Amino acid sequence: MSTEVKEASAAAVKEPSEPLFSKKNRLLLTDPLNDSNPITVQVLGICSALAITVQVKQAVVMSLSVLAVMIGGNLIISLLRNIIPSRIRIIVQLVVVASLVILVDQVLKAYVYDVSKALSVFVGLIITNCIIMGRLEAFALANKPWPSVLDAIGNAAGYAWILIAVAVVRELLGSGTLLGFKLIPDAFFEFGYMNNNMMILPPMALITVGIIIWIQRSKNTALIEEN
Amino acid sequence: MQFLRNIFDNLRPNFEQGGKFEKYYKGFEAMETFAFTPGHTAHKGAHIRDAIDLKRTMFLVVIALVPSLLFGMWNTGHQYYLSIGELTGLGEGFLDKFIFGAIRVLPIVVVSYAVGLGIEFAIAIKNNHSVNEGYLVSGMLIPLVLPSEIPLWMVAVATAFAVVIGKEVFGGTGMNILNPALTARAFLFFAYPTKLSGNAVWIPQESGMAGVDGYTGETLLSQAYNAPAGSNFGSVAYDAAGQQYGSLADTLWASFWGWIPGSIGETSVFAILLGAAILIFTGIGSWRIMLSFLVGGITMSLIFNAWGANAFMSVHPLQQLMMGSFMFGMVFMATDPVSAAQTVTGKWIYGFLAGFLGIMIRVFNPAYPEGIMMAILFMNVMAPLIDHYVVEANINRRLKRAKVAA
Repeated sequence: MSTEVKEASAAAVKEPSEPLFSKKNRLLLTDPLNDSNPITVQVLGICSALAITVQVKQAVVMSLSVLAVMIGGNLIISLLRNIIPSRIRIIVQLVVVASLVILVDQVLKAYVYDVSKALSVFVGLIITNCIIMGRLEAFALANKPWPSVLDAIGNAAGYAWILIAVAVVRELLGSGTLLGFKLIPDAFFEFGYMNNNMMILPPMALITVGIIIWIQRSKNTALIEEN
Repeated sequence: MQFLRNIFDNLRPNFEQGGKFEKYYKGFEAMETFAFTPGHTAHKGAHIRDAIDLKRTMFLVVIALVPSLLFGMWNTGHQYYLSIGELTGLGEGFLDKFIFGAIRVLPIVVVSYAVGLGIEFAIAIKNNHSVNEGYLVSGMLIPLVLPSEIPLWMVAVATAFAVVIGKEVFGGTGMNILNPALTARAFLFFAYPTKLSGNAVWIPQESGMAGVDGYTGETLLSQAYNAPAGSNFGSVAYDAAGQQYGSLADTLWASFWGWIPGSIGETSVFAILLGAAILIFTGIGSWRIMLSFLVGGITMSLIFNAWGANAFMSVHPLQQLMMGSFMFGMVFMATDPVSAAQTVTGKWIYGFLAGFLGIMIRVFNPAYPEGIMMAILFMNVMAPLIDHYVVEANINRRLKRAKVAA
């Protein structure tokens, strides 16, 4: 990851007139979806992935919140990158992220109160989501605003699709619904089908993430560590 | 035997290199070595640890499980006839009960083996390694720890979960952290709690059947929770038909022979002890684990007896050992050579803590009627840690000795 960042910053310095969606910039968007996915490859943000994937709705709202915080955080830190003293950069990052999280929290409380209740502390805990701090440290501090925003969108999307994929599996098998709509017909239940209660418990989220990692690595063998 | 040999010899060319089913050689090999001890030997520097191979070892465990299985079949039928109020005597209608039970139990065994072995064969052929033998035992253990009323599709799902997530993910037989059979049961317990706990699931039912009055089907464990404070459990416990046993000796007698409601294979202490004798005599099951497990369970029971805050705590230690799946867990689950501790000292610690925690969970937490399952799974996870410290301690002890001598 670090070499990529350096290359990207070097390129940005050399060619100021780089097109908005150059190959490098597109890579910033697509790379975190698979090759450097924050959850399945970097194994960051796991605790929220386990806690709020019982229902798809919560997962979607959580993903959007993280997206908003990441874009805002990456943009602001990137704009400030030349005037932040490196000794206190973590504090500055925390202040920025915390302010954004409070904003998001208030918006959620105002418009989707029930989901906000269900997400409870996990909105507040976006502050400690390692993905956000990681991207600020590793990318926004060393790059111009536009690539930083793309990087934020890419990573948030990488986080979101895993979250939603896990939530789809858990809600479908655990409650028989998707986004609250009943998907499994009553006829199934008459034949003795039952919702899998374990899918609602956090261990199954971990196992589901594990299975996604398994599938991902068998398709993308470059990710498999040696030895 | 020669007949079987001929079949394999005739089929062999199809599976060897260049044959029609070359891809499936590993599957063929598994069937052949299951039937016959392999004819080939290691070419150089073999380190012989035992004269029998893994398939024969596993098969001996299956034989040790047969008494429990047969008794479980009879008991399933017995509980059913009790619930409809016919043939209530123990000696009556032996064949009726046995056949009824066999019809209920055998499909579970078949599903467990078909799904488990199917997955094992598929993975072995895909990865081109030999089929692992471990499932021979797990496939028999899984039905024995389930209630006879369990829907077959749940058995299939749990078996697939246990084999894939519990075992193959870690690299197959010998690499698993958790006991696969207990993994299957724990999965079902959390996934479909209404099918694995409560009073209704232990008694086979026909649709539209009306049970006789006063019939509860309550297991001894659940009675122990509900026993009124200060009462003597041994004498207030009642059998499935609602008759009080009256004395501790009677309750113990019933749990020893096992004509009580419960999972298929775990009710009869007698049948389990027969299996234990086979395992210990052949040296396959570790007597150290069994003994320390027993001591652990008794220790915890005695501590609870001394404490005596409720009726369950005051249950006689012997009754604690005979209720629920304590004995089954001790003999067949805790001794699993893969997931148990490997070092001799480690086995003592592992067994003791498993028995100790099993009784503790059972008494403290009414949500987990079968604490033994949780305790053994927990100790499975801890086993490598125990082994690590035992080995470290051994190294330190010997280092110290070496320094003193020098």
